[in-house]
Amino acid sequence: MTNATQPIFSCQGIEIAADAKSIVKGVDLTVHPGEIHALMGPNGSGKSTFATGLMGHPALTVSGRITLNGESVEEMPPHERARRGLFLGFQYPVAIPGVTVASFLRASLNALGKNTTNVFAFRKELEDVFERLGIPWGFADRYLNDGFSGGEKKRLEILQMVMMEPKFVILDEIDSGLDVDALKVVASGINEIAARGAGVLMVTHYQRLLDLVVPTRVHYFMEGKIAFEGEADSVRELEANGYDWLKQKVTGQVADVSITGKSEVHS
Amino acid sequence: MSAQENIHTVNADYLERYGFSDPESLEGRAPKGLNRDVVKMISDYKKEPDWMREFRLRAYDSFLQKPMPKWGNQGIITNIDFDDIYYYIPPGAERGRNWDDVPENIKRTFDKLGVPEAERKFLAGVSAQYDSEVVYHSMKEELEKQGVIFLDMDSGLREHPDIVKKYFASVIPPTDNKFAALNSAVWSGGSFIYVPPNTHVEVPLQAYFRINAKNMGQFERTLIIADEGSSVHYIEGCTAPVYTTDSLHSAVVELVALKDAKIRYSTIQNWSNNVLNLVTKRAVAHEGASVEWVDGNIGSKLTMKFPCVILKGERAHGEVLSVAFAQDGQHQDTGAKMIHSAPNTTSRVVSKSISKGKGRASYRGLVRVNQGATGCKTDVTCDALLLDGASRTDTYPTMEIVEQDAQVEHEARVSKLADEQLFYLECRGIDPEKAKLMIVNGFFEPFTKELPMEYAIELNRLIALEMEGSIG
Repeated sequence: MTNATQPIFSCQGIEIAADAKSIVKGVDLTVHPGEIHALMGPNGSGKSTFATGLMGHPALTVSGRITLNGESVEEMPPHERARRGLFLGFQYPVAIPGVTVASFLRASLNALGKNTTNVFAFRKELEDVFERLGIPWGFADRYLNDGFSGGEKKRLEILQMVMMEPKFVILDEIDSGLDVDALKVVASGINEIAARGAGVLMVTHYQRLLDLVVPTRVHYFMEGKIAFEGEADSVRELEANGYDWLKQKVTGQVADVSITGKSEVHS
Repeated sequence: MSAQENIHTVNADYLERYGFSDPESLEGRAPKGLNRDVVKMISDYKKEPDWMREFRLRAYDSFLQKPMPKWGNQGIITNIDFDDIYYYIPPGAERGRNWDDVPENIKRTFDKLGVPEAERKFLAGVSAQYDSEVVYHSMKEELEKQGVIFLDMDSGLREHPDIVKKYFASVIPPTDNKFAALNSAVWSGGSFIYVPPNTHVEVPLQAYFRINAKNMGQFERTLIIADEGSSVHYIEGCTAPVYTTDSLHSAVVELVALKDAKIRYSTIQNWSNNVLNLVTKRAVAHEGASVEWVDGNIGSKLTMKFPCVILKGERAHGEVLSVAFAQDGQHQDTGAKMIHSAPNTTSRVVSKSISKGKGRASYRGLVRVNQGATGCKTDVTCDALLLDGASRTDTYPTMEIVEQDAQVEHEARVSKLADEQLFYLECRGIDPEKAKLMIVNGFFEPFTKELPMEYAIELNRLIALEMEGSIG
């Protein structure tokens, strides 16, 4: 590793199964403070499962080691991981009718040990963040993700991320379904928390986000594994040639390490 | 104080707050069981006019003749032992107009229930039922100036016999059903409200009900008349002590909204889980009038309650907004009835239920559009949320539509507490128990937001109590 500081996040030998079906098949990843890692790969390769598995989704069976800021978290339930600074931004944030954005944020920040007892000060802080992220203030009193457009939901995910000051952030296709303005908001949010020293792992399909958020490292996911790693500019090759380019690269690699026995890659 | 601590604090003093009982006053109590003599004794004790005494006796005959409902939770209602119930217990206290006149032990009860605070805060009148009699009853001066009558039903009968005779049992005759007949025979207490024409009662009128004596049947009778162009909001809140044997609560509530009048009747019912709550609630809405039932059912062993609005005059509007929470050992059998009897009448029903553990929630609804009631609109939404695999919900909607141009919307949804909602909140640091509570409170929010603030808070606390220990 080029970075000499202690990793903010690392995982080793992550395997994830859903309904007894193996989806993620052994992934190692190390991220240092302030680093932004991109995770790319074809649909169905296991990226989202990997992202939600790291957070401890109860429907997934996860094995392997997960270390956050020097502490093992793989045995912890999701809310404990969140309290230690792990944040997952959802691809499809779920609606919770009847719970307002403001009351949800207050409950969440309280749970994370932040002081929100001064209601006036809390509303003021909220108002500032809303304005900064271009979210109309009226959203504070709307029901969480209920009737929001795709872009509105994603802005709200970024807002939560910024307010919760996490140590390591996993963003699952945070850039899908965004217009250019929303994409800029999302990108500036990510850059902001990385500058504050958080580590970031973004699952994405698109160069356009990576133009605004330049990754330290890009990991290419295939069939439940990181098949290939590259620098930020490797994404341009992918953009130009599509995932066939990746397949060819990987096929070559798989041929070299044929012990995996993945013969279907060749066919 | 965090929400988590809050939940535990509420739980810790629950028995203290709600599970207490004062030594019963035995003077004047009718013997257990029901017969003509008991009915006469009640009427004599109250020094009622002959017509009411005759009414009670006829109602008693109807009670004997009427069969038990053949539907609903047969396992419970067919096992009611009517001979093992006290039908009348007067309190050991006289009716008090001023707080100072109210006996100390009863004051303590109301202190625990928070009645004085409620009044201090914003209420114009308090009518608090303690056992069978209303012992404390106050009305602010401006209400009196407005000519608004707010009394317990017994005083109403004494002081305003003409109004009572005109409207009493005009909406729900004793022959309506077995429990309405029973109530008509032995009724005691309840509220009587008359609002004069074009008078608007700006603050909600409220009454607390409470069953104090073991095996005590409570048969209050409420009659509200909103005269032409007037409006009133009445709130009924219930708590009951924890007892081990079944207690029967069988109320009758009649609302009359005359031309262009508006009545809202809100209930938060929190009977202890041994109470059978078999209530008949019905309203008549005349031309241009509007009646809303806002009905929350949290406790009891079995509740059977189907608030009804008869839309009798053109353009009348009826609304039922109800929530039910069925816990282990509880059956909430609730719903609504809308009878469209005049043209261009509209109705809306929103029913939300939550079943937890082995709790069971049923929605039983009727919408009828009678011949000649053209241009009607009705909209029924039933939302059921199941918290556990063992929970149960049933929906029994009935639509009887005679006029073809009626606009009828009906939607029923059953959902399980979504794991993805829980996961989302947990990913934001919120522990599973709190997360579940947030989702449940959110589910009830369309109901809660219709309540005055302190009731909304009380309801949320009750739900927090009911949700205790619901995780793993």
